[in-house]
Amino acid sequence: MASISTSEFKNGLKFLMDGQPCTIIDNTIVQPGKGQAFNRVKYRNLITGKVLENTFKSGEKVEGADVIDTDLQYLYNDGEFWHFMDPSSFEQYQAGPAAVADMEKWLVEQDTCTVTLWNGDPIAVKPPKQVVLEVTDTDPGLKGDTAGTGGKPATLSTGAVVQVPLFITIGEKVICNTETGEYVSRAK
Amino acid sequence: MISHKIDILKKRSDALHKLRAFFYAQNVTEVDTPILSRAAVPDVHLASLQTSVDLPNVGQQLTYYLHTSSEYPMKRLLCEGIGDIYYLGKVFRNGDLSPRHQPEFTMIEWYRLNYRLKDMVEETFAVAQQLLGDVPTQVMTYQQAFERFAGIADIHHTSAEVCLNCLKQNNVPEIIGVDADDKPLWEQLVLTEVIEPLLGLGQLTCLTHFPARDASLARISPDNDLTAERFEIFYQGMELANGYHELQDADAYRQRFEANQALRRQNGLAEVPIDEALLDALSSPGLPDCSGVAMGFDRLFALSQGKQDLSDVLAFGALDA
Repeated sequence: MASISTSEFKNGLKFLMDGQPCTIIDNTIVQPGKGQAFNRVKYRNLITGKVLENTFKSGEKVEGADVIDTDLQYLYNDGEFWHFMDPSSFEQYQAGPAAVADMEKWLVEQDTCTVTLWNGDPIAVKPPKQVVLEVTDTDPGLKGDTAGTGGKPATLSTGAVVQVPLFITIGEKVICNTETGEYVSRAK
Repeated sequence: MISHKIDILKKRSDALHKLRAFFYAQNVTEVDTPILSRAAVPDVHLASLQTSVDLPNVGQQLTYYLHTSSEYPMKRLLCEGIGDIYYLGKVFRNGDLSPRHQPEFTMIEWYRLNYRLKDMVEETFAVAQQLLGDVPTQVMTYQQAFERFAGIADIHHTSAEVCLNCLKQNNVPEIIGVDADDKPLWEQLVLTEVIEPLLGLGQLTCLTHFPARDASLARISPDNDLTAERFEIFYQGMELANGYHELQDADAYRQRFEANQALRRQNGLAEVPIDEALLDALSSPGLPDCSGVAMGFDRLFALSQGKQDLSDVLAFGALDA
């Protein structure tokens, strides 16, 4: 990848830091007028998700990172890898546990996920904002409760545990928000 | 346009009027020197915008530079004997954009004959107070600021390592691209990353006697050749003004310009045409004893309105113009 000068820094730029792909989330020029300019840079490590800060002497160069976000269909988990497919080229990708991390509990076969590829390999997986999952375990429901006042924990088919209204029973399908980890509604 | 912006622009108009009234009352003449110049400032850290101009009977397009400050033409006028003068208008710097920088901004710059550094510091406080009200003031040397805010006792003689350790102790994010032994640069970083955010909190703080290598066109201190007769004034952690007891020696100007050209070559930057008209005027009739200061009007006005981002107090910022 070509090297990138600090003068080309902007939010969203992908570059390598200590060999790992990162994306810039804030770039502020420090220009004292009488002296050397610097760039104060906040960036997220795309592997660990950590937000880091460095100050670069202006004119310094970093290596660009070949990182793209692409929509892939989730196929299955073979016990070791999660398999995804590009629906137009049918090309398949396998994501390891580090890439899937705690998103595992929201992966539903056939769902389209946003997968971040670094040099062609998945490094992060983002499920759809809402997924439909079946309730596999929860306490018996209380008749007449439709307002969802209290709530109770329910285990879903992927192993996710969410708070659901009291009227939800085992075997029902529910819609969950994967960003907040919360129950949204019953699935129709 | 949203109504609070209109309100700000009316206050901005009042602020410009107040400053002009201040100088008018002091008999300081307003000069609207050219924005376009055939010559440019050679400082390595200042990037002039340039444009080409068609003029009849010249036969070729001429390159003109947009001034980064009105210092050179003002000094030519001072050499001609104009007396006390000020410029209040736009200046331009390429490559600058941040909450406290715009490529085009309003500068108030003025020169006073026979003013010592101390007189100029006092008058700069008074000008800032026109907009900030009666805020307290404080003066300390650059060296004292390092002692007080960074715990570095003798900055002019200390090592790069001491500066580097100071940055670490203050949890400054790791700096990339600076050689371990580049003491001037580590010293600059202690100033910008550790000290400056603490300067001028609720008061106007002036640092005097900057290192001689940062003299620019200020005189070297008569009693200490490590420092220059240069000051900067800060308010709420932001640099507002930068003043000099002005260098008079025409040869020294040429030497400092040429040193900057050499640095430009070393850093792979294009050389710029030197202002020969200024150098001629400095040799004869020569610059009278004077002090000068340049203050960022937008910063001063923004802070007077409790704003930290210049684009909040401009009709339109650079990305919106």
